[in-house]
Amino acid sequence: MRWMWIDRVVELTPRERIVAIKNVSLAEEHLHDHFAAAGDQPALPVMPASLILEGMAQTAGILVGHAEGFREKVVLAKIGRAELERDAGPGMTLRYTATIERMDPVGASTKGTVELLDHADAAAGFVRIGSVDLMFSHLDNNMGGAGRSGEAFPSHNFVFGESFRTLLRTSGVVVP
Amino acid sequence: MPAFTMGRRGSEPGRAARSGAGAGIRTSMALTQTEIFEKVRGVVVEALAVDEEEVTPQASLFKDLGAESIDVLDIGFKLEQEFGIKVPQDELNPAAGMQDARYIKDGKFTPEGLEQLRAKLSDFDLSEFERDPRVSRLMDLFTVGFLVKYVEGKLAAK
Repeated sequence: MRWMWIDRVVELTPRERIVAIKNVSLAEEHLHDHFAAAGDQPALPVMPASLILEGMAQTAGILVGHAEGFREKVVLAKIGRAELERDAGPGMTLRYTATIERMDPVGASTKGTVELLDHADAAAGFVRIGSVDLMFSHLDNNMGGAGRSGEAFPSHNFVFGESFRTLLRTSGVVVP
Repeated sequence: MPAFTMGRRGSEPGRAARSGAGAGIRTSMALTQTEIFEKVRGVVVEALAVDEEEVTPQASLFKDLGAESIDVLDIGFKLEQEFGIKVPQDELNPAAGMQDARYIKDGKFTPEGLEQLRAKLSDFDLSEFERDPRVSRLMDLFTVGFLVKYVEGKLAAK
C-alpha cells in the first residue's frame, strides 16, 4: 500500500530537525468525499485533519528513525497535542517542521508546526496553521525483543519500507 | 476557535519553570515536597489530559488516571525536563531492580520482596496489596505519590 502523506523531505539536520512538504491535490480520491456535496451544501474538498497528523507523524518519524540509521521500528505512540486552525485545500502546499524534544532507547518525543502555502496568495508565503506534538515508540525496545514482553514482530523493518526509502532517496536524504 | 484540536489547551503547567530547570538556577534552593507535588501534578495533567483535582498522591496512574504504557515514557521525559534529572525508563516502576527470584516468584512477591517494597514505598499502606501480592497488581501502586517520592530521591542525589 502506498501510504505516503509527504511528498519530499526538504531539510534534515540529523537528530534535530526535519522539514517536509505535501502538495494537496484533487487527484487524491478522498478529497472528493471529504466533503462531498450534501443537500444545498456544495462540495468542500479539504485534506482531512487526521491525514495532516499522519503527515506530521511520517515527517517526525523519519527524523526519529534517521537518528538510529532506520534500524528501529519507529511507531507513533501518542499524540500529545494537536491543533489545526485552517483547512488545506487542493493546490495548496503543507509544510511540516518537526524537532526532537527528547530521545532515548525506548522512544522519542517531537514538537512540530504545520504551515500552509496558498499559491494564489504566494506573497504571504507559508503561514502557520497549527502544531502537532507526538511521541514515538521504538517497537522492539518496548513490546518485542529479549527481556520485554516478548511480542514477536517481523525482524525486517516494516515501518520504513520501500515507499519511505524511495522518498528519502528522491529527497536526497542519505540513509546512514 | 481552531478547526481541529486534540489534547489539552490553555495553561501549560510548569512550562515557564522548565526553561530554568536544566540551567541549574535552583541548585541552592531545594524544592519542598509540596512544590515537587505541584510540578509532578502539572506533568501528569499534561501527559494524561486529566483534571488537576483527579491528580492526588494516592491516585494510581493506570487504574485511576487511565495511563497506558507509553504514557510512562511521556511522563519520564516530562519529569526530566521539569526537574532537570535523568529518568531511566526502567526506574519508573515500583518494582524496579526487583526482578530476582528472591523477591518475585510465580508472579507474586515473596515475603522478602514485600519487605523491599515496603521500604521503597514507605509512605503507602500496602496492607491491601499484601493480601494478594500478584506482580500484575503492582501497577495499582504506581501512584502520583510514587512519582513524587521518586523525584525527591533523584533531586536529593543531585
